[in-house]
Amino acid sequence: MQTLYDKLWNQHVVPTESTDVGGMSLIYIDRHLVHEVTSPQAFESLKLAGRKPWRLNSILAVADHNVPTTDRSQGIHDPLSRLQVDTLDQNCDELGITQFKMHDLRQGIVHVIGPEQGATIPGMTVVCGDSHTSTHGAFACLAFGIGTSEVEHVLATQCLLMKKSRTLRILVEGQLGLGVTAKDIALAIIGKIGTAGGNGHAIEFAGSAIRTLSMEGRMTLCNMAIEAGARAGMVAVDDVTIDYINGRPFAPQGEMWERAVVYWRTLHSDPGAVFDQTVMLDAAQIKPQVTWGTSPEMVVDIDGRVPDPAHVTDELKRKDIQLALNYMGLKANTPIQQITIDKVFIGSCTNSRIEDLRSAAQVVKGKRIASNVKLALVVPGSGLVKQQAEQEGLDKVFTAAGFEWREPGCSMCLAMNDDCLGPGERCASTSNRNFEGRQGPGGRTHLVSPAMAAAAAIAGHFVDVRELKNIDCPKNKKILILSQHLK
Amino acid sequence: MEKFHTLTGLVAPLDRANVDTDAIIPKQFLKSIKRSGFGQYLFDEWRFLDHGESGMDSSKRQPDPGFVLNQPRYQGAQILLARANFGCGSSREHAPWALQDYGFRVIIAPSFADIFFNNCFKIGLLPIVLDTAILDFLFVSVAMHPGYQLTVDLQNQSVRTPDNSSFEFEVDTFRKHCLLHGLDEIGLTLQHADKIKAFESKRRQEQPWLF
Repeated sequence: MQTLYDKLWNQHVVPTESTDVGGMSLIYIDRHLVHEVTSPQAFESLKLAGRKPWRLNSILAVADHNVPTTDRSQGIHDPLSRLQVDTLDQNCDELGITQFKMHDLRQGIVHVIGPEQGATIPGMTVVCGDSHTSTHGAFACLAFGIGTSEVEHVLATQCLLMKKSRTLRILVEGQLGLGVTAKDIALAIIGKIGTAGGNGHAIEFAGSAIRTLSMEGRMTLCNMAIEAGARAGMVAVDDVTIDYINGRPFAPQGEMWERAVVYWRTLHSDPGAVFDQTVMLDAAQIKPQVTWGTSPEMVVDIDGRVPDPAHVTDELKRKDIQLALNYMGLKANTPIQQITIDKVFIGSCTNSRIEDLRSAAQVVKGKRIASNVKLALVVPGSGLVKQQAEQEGLDKVFTAAGFEWREPGCSMCLAMNDDCLGPGERCASTSNRNFEGRQGPGGRTHLVSPAMAAAAAIAGHFVDVRELKNIDCPKNKKILILSQHLK
Repeated sequence: MEKFHTLTGLVAPLDRANVDTDAIIPKQFLKSIKRSGFGQYLFDEWRFLDHGESGMDSSKRQPDPGFVLNQPRYQGAQILLARANFGCGSSREHAPWALQDYGFRVIIAPSFADIFFNNCFKIGLLPIVLDTAILDFLFVSVAMHPGYQLTVDLQNQSVRTPDNSSFEFEVDTFRKHCLLHGLDEIGLTLQHADKIKAFESKRRQEQPWLF
């Protein structure tokens, strides 16, 4: 009886003399995703050592962190950003690595395009020099972020030396309320176990509430596993997984597809498999979440209040809360719904897929952003997501409401391009980190779901998306936000 | 990679939990395509009053006198005391690069984020996990004694105080071996190249859709 993690691990151990190298195992890597920020030093060292990539067709590269989200016809004006993107282009051209360049329709955030292209398929080990590589675990992959030295190691050897993680199963049972999404599950989990709760563990998300999530929802959840401290998060294969992959450009076809599916169906934890830890959540109890502080674990329900450090006995915790309140410019006990915002960001590898955009569009349809909202951005996760959204008319819904409709990339999630917060500006953001300065020096980030970000844009402050009235719904149903179930 | 045996060095305290990689090295400095030069931007938003950008000469900027590393007594520190979950957030190796380039060779904390912890070993920066109670003691000791130093002995896996109290720490055999000898991990893995090739061809037969 094995857990899903055990199965994935055992499938990838390269046997050596002792089957382990001094307490570490040699793990074979199937898919290596590469972007411009964490790869240039790895390519340079590889070259200096006179080495070549071990297996070119395991690599897929794209520039996403530095690319502008505005008109790209003039290229990238920041010389440093341009150099980094050009360096990736050169490395890929020289070595013959498959890359989607900036003007390619398939360009986008690395964690959006992998699954979109079928380059991420079940049973793979997937690595990338980016911590949100955990996203790909939604496809029952062992997927995790690595540093630049390890990027070079994988390029040179197709392997990594690793220590096996402990296993943490997070069971979310029951039915999610309307207007509650995978993002809210992720934030509720982090609120419960903390940002270090998953340290040293690989997380498997399971339970009836997870099974009802779409692949987009599962990706959102696995994406945030790293915010709970776990390098890898994963979900077992089911029909939803297989339906999503079928027909994608890099996915197997014909007889190969049939054989692959048979294997993929085995990628789940066996009944009775033992986990090192299990945490349970009741889906029905999860409300829309809003972070108030400078760590994703500093999160409360939408009907909650900013915490009061005076009520915290642990001295270190009290100090942390006070530091966060100071940075965020918030007073203890303020109701979350009274916090007004300056900017809205809908995008990032957490929430920039078509379902996320539909969910946000449903909230803003026929409305205008509040007058205090200086900028509301929608940044699709890829050129293909953007194209599909435009075919569905979502771009018009957003622009009519006062949002800006941009080109794909990481954008204001980490503000390496021009999209950023000014000092003191407060943002409702669908991204994954509310660290100090993350969206710009002095910027204040509140993490929310796409529907909640859209609702905040309209109201000018945080509101409970479940209580919004007069929202146009398909087929006139009295349903508000169905984000995770809409197809 | 730089070898690590024994180090006796000045200690600096950073008394704050969940120090993330965005705080260690903010994103505007990640645009470099080099491995070096990040030390002057370490903890940039905490260390300086003015806003920093890549390429700026930090010696000409305005340090924040309130930030601990700017205090004269901690200049030249090689050992950083930190709190729980140090290095959480992104996978950027620029974070350990910045700490090392600034002059740190050892970070001691009750816990580290996984990717950061792993990245440190790759460049010869030693992350040491000690109990919170020991860290509490060390934080108090540093505050009370200007010039406080610790001796870190990797071979014997110990941290020794000036009055000869000693605390043992755990380290994986392989990582210890690599650090002690400054070994190139890629070179070591390539010694198994035949095994990797054999594994790969077996995998190609069993799961051809992966190739």
